[in-house]
Amino acid sequence: MIIRYLALILICQLIGETIQVASGIPVPGPVIGMAILFLGLLVKRGLPKDLSDTAGGLLRHLALLFVPAGVGVMLHVPRLADEWWPVFLAIVPGTLIAIAITALVMERLGRATIREEDKV
Amino acid sequence: MTAPDLAEIWVYLAQKPLTGLTLTLCAYVAGDWLYEKSGRHPLLNPVPIAIALIAGLLWATDIPYRDYFEGAQFVHFLLGPATVALAVPLYQQLETLRKSGPALLAGVLIGSGTAAGCAYGFAWIGGASTETLLSIAPKSVTAPIAMGIAEQLGGLPSLTAVLVILTGITGAVFGPLVLNLARIKDWRARGLAMGVASHGIGTSRAFQVNAVAGAFAGLAMGLNGLATAILIPLIFALVL
Repeated sequence: MIIRYLALILICQLIGETIQVASGIPVPGPVIGMAILFLGLLVKRGLPKDLSDTAGGLLRHLALLFVPAGVGVMLHVPRLADEWWPVFLAIVPGTLIAIAITALVMERLGRATIREEDKV
Repeated sequence: MTAPDLAEIWVYLAQKPLTGLTLTLCAYVAGDWLYEKSGRHPLLNPVPIAIALIAGLLWATDIPYRDYFEGAQFVHFLLGPATVALAVPLYQQLETLRKSGPALLAGVLIGSGTAAGCAYGFAWIGGASTETLLSIAPKSVTAPIAMGIAEQLGGLPSLTAVLVILTGITGAVFGPLVLNLARIKDWRARGLAMGVASHGIGTSRAFQVNAVAGAFAGLAMGLNGLATAILIPLIFALVL
């Protein structure tokens, strides 16, 4: 975790949040920050190893980061008990249909560019 | 002066940010230990285990979520920088992106629309309340982005986080079965689908099965996050 690149990531987020608040566009500030960092890498045409390590350090523990918000489930127990049917419909069939359709689109359109190592 | 009894010490500690923070890390370490012990069984994902442990403890000891969050917010805060950091794996996959370009983009866009559309539509058919509808729309997107979208829409970010986790687990456990039924023989397509529909949890599952699938899943997760973050709020702003 190199402080310089942690600062760079925070600066991108700060710029993103500023753009979001100033313009009122309905995209989360950190997502704008991600786009800014991505564009920066495209312009620079290279990924410093220390930046890659810093980002990797943050993303390696991505799962941990949503535990505090997830514990908020205790505030939503009555809601989930009341609305278990629509929630089930959206999550189980909804997710599995999305998986099937995405895969079918990619497979059909990707036939021209398939390589040996892509085949199951 | 008499020594304070145990209950008084507990009341004091429960109000300290250190307690919530420590509890979060310890519960996650315990969840991760169980996950590794089980040979990374998808049903024993460390996140729901950590959440159940903490929620159970808070419930049993009558500590309000707000007090717990005083400490846990330091972990929660890192979601923002982690979202920005997603630019790095996206950039690392730039060459892959270029090679399968149009097919990949079509897959992500149609998949992204299907995931959000099915989530919103099915919940609506089932009779969900407005708050639940707004919280469930971005459920296939990686948590930090999904929570940001839910916040923008007027949903409940904490409810979205729970729905995102349930979605990820559903995709990781049953996704490969669906892909076999659909006879998908292209690792790129299998990975892409897992990343689009079940974000990070689906991606880590794809990586365990095949390297090409993993790379496409990671890429799909990032692109889907970006596409959904831009499209859903715009659609809601235009339609509602």
